[in-house]
Amino acid sequence: MATKNNTIKLKFDSSRNLAPAPESKSAAKINERYDLFINGKFEKPLSKKYFATINPATEEKLSEVAEANAADVNKAVEAARNAYEKTWKKTSPKERAKYIYRIARMVQEKARELAIIETLDGGKPIRESRDFDVPTAANHFFYYAGWADKLEYAFPNRTAQPLGVAGQIIPWNFPLLMAAWKIAPALATGNTVVLKPAETTSLTALKLAEIIQEADLPPGVVNIITGAGDTGAAIVNHPDINKIAFTGSTNVGKIIQRAIAGTNKKATLELGGKAANIIFDDAPLDQAVEGVINGIFFNQGHVCCAGSRLYVQESVFKTVVQKLKDRMESLIVGDPLDKNTDIGAINSKEQLEVINKYLGIGQKEGAEMYQSTCAIPKKVSFAGQLFLPM
Amino acid sequence: MVATKTIPDFSLSPHIDQVGVEERASRFTKRSIKNETKINGLKLALNMIDLTTLEGKDTDGKVKQLCYKAQHLHDAYPGLPTVAAICVYPSMVKVAKKALGDSGVKVASVSTAFPSGQAPRDVKIRDTKFAVSEGADEIDMVISRGKFHMGEYNFVFDEIAAVKEACGNARLKVILETGELGTYDKVRRASDIAMYAGADFIKTSTGKMSPAATMPVTLVMLEAIRDFYYKTGKRIAMKPAGGISKSKLALHYLVMLNEVLGEEWMNNHWFRFGASSLANDILMQLMKQKTGVYQSADYFSLD
Repeated sequence: MATKNNTIKLKFDSSRNLAPAPESKSAAKINERYDLFINGKFEKPLSKKYFATINPATEEKLSEVAEANAADVNKAVEAARNAYEKTWKKTSPKERAKYIYRIARMVQEKARELAIIETLDGGKPIRESRDFDVPTAANHFFYYAGWADKLEYAFPNRTAQPLGVAGQIIPWNFPLLMAAWKIAPALATGNTVVLKPAETTSLTALKLAEIIQEADLPPGVVNIITGAGDTGAAIVNHPDINKIAFTGSTNVGKIIQRAIAGTNKKATLELGGKAANIIFDDAPLDQAVEGVINGIFFNQGHVCCAGSRLYVQESVFKTVVQKLKDRMESLIVGDPLDKNTDIGAINSKEQLEVINKYLGIGQKEGAEMYQSTCAIPKKVSFAGQLFLPM
Repeated sequence: MVATKTIPDFSLSPHIDQVGVEERASRFTKRSIKNETKINGLKLALNMIDLTTLEGKDTDGKVKQLCYKAQHLHDAYPGLPTVAAICVYPSMVKVAKKALGDSGVKVASVSTAFPSGQAPRDVKIRDTKFAVSEGADEIDMVISRGKFHMGEYNFVFDEIAAVKEACGNARLKVILETGELGTYDKVRRASDIAMYAGADFIKTSTGKMSPAATMPVTLVMLEAIRDFYYKTGKRIAMKPAGGISKSKLALHYLVMLNEVLGEEWMNNHWFRFGASSLANDILMQLMKQKTGVYQSADYFSLD
């Protein structure tokens, strides 16, 4: 071919310069301070300590939430144990389902407010919290509500039994969805819950606590307590907990595994990885590229199975890289509350530092880094990178 | 321009993943187009319209009326652009050409036994030459879908090349009639054949059958144009036609165009809407943006 391909370049500036389309902050009510949700009531922490939760896109303080210490954890576990023995264990499956359906409908009714708070507190684009996180969270409650009265028939010659009190620790990448993911099946199967959201993204879990209160769930069936690693450790090590459910880093997963070894606690650990994409030359390349984009840029890449490695057959390597670069150019980086934003803010300053550290290592090792030519907002955000092999 | 052209094996055109392409197409509809972006987009869409009348009942009067509308879309809104072209049957080209005068609005004529294309090649060539001699600036031809389904890609290729030659200086739009092709793979293959055979535009549909243009089909064609551009350095224009009658949908198409081919395609030399009722809907939206209230359809021209 006579034409030099490297002189041909498509231009995407105008596709990124759309008039602002912000979702309104005023549609969400955030209290100045949140206490611990224990035994159906919001209670001041015995620790008497609170910590700030910030909007990572603007670094403004949104609210402050209680920091639960071991005594608070104990109080929550006692409430959960009490509710399990006295109420929830004896509640009929279809009664349990009724409560879960009610929570599902209330999550739907408050979908807009939940989406806005999720975006404010975690930095993810409103398009994702609106179209993915919140509707999927509601769907989880609906789905598990349907299971409650069918468990009896689901496993022939076996009877599904609740375990008791579940201690649940969830991450900051899908705060509300992870809470739904953990709470809904526990309730459907007749367990009671002590849940701790991540310290950077507690607000939607606390909103969910308000919903649970409004839904009139028997006190103590769901307890939501906030705090950081120490609070999580107190849950993991509490002797009266029957099951630990954890989603988060591999490292913390290992710590939990070690801590509960030799006890009767059961565990579900859902940890992270570096997932691979593999593209061969007979693949539909444009759709494969779209898969790569969704795999790595969805939720700023804050996904346990984010496709952070890419293997391409050599014969289509140049084409795939070209297509990836073009597609990256049309991603809109900006205010998470803007409905057109594809990539919002990194969840926290600490996480941004982690990312920058790895970018530094990649460059030091000699990889060529490609970034979109778009302008990057000043505060905590990034544009997404493509590392090419040496 | 391409110095030497190697003709690829069209049976090796890339495959398209149906789920993936439909997912991607729906993503464009999530863009929120507001304020000045919306007004600019609507005006641009107006300027990209091929205002079309392709009826057995078309008369000189109807065509003249449409040509007037092309230049005076809505006089209550000063400063509006004209549409890009008027699209008529070959027998109406002369009337349209005279009515449009030096307004800059182009005359496009369908040809090659539109819409079925079921005629011998010499008839198609004569049809085309007649339209060009009457003054058509652009020719909208249909491909032989039957031959395409029979795998006779060389026949389809040669026919397009022959019509292109008959066009002289007129720009050639090649209608794939995607609603009759059945799969995205075939849409992609037909797009590749048309572009390598000399099409200036590739166009989705005749508008005579349903489904006509859809966003996923248009996306497949835009991606084919992008791949062709990277391979040859030659730009090809795109025309979705039929089924685009609302402003919002037109804006979604523009978002898609902008994100797939970039801003150099964002004008009526490289993109057209084949539509008849779209213009009025855009005018209603523009008046709403200007006055703050929706107006009755009675305040706009009938067709």
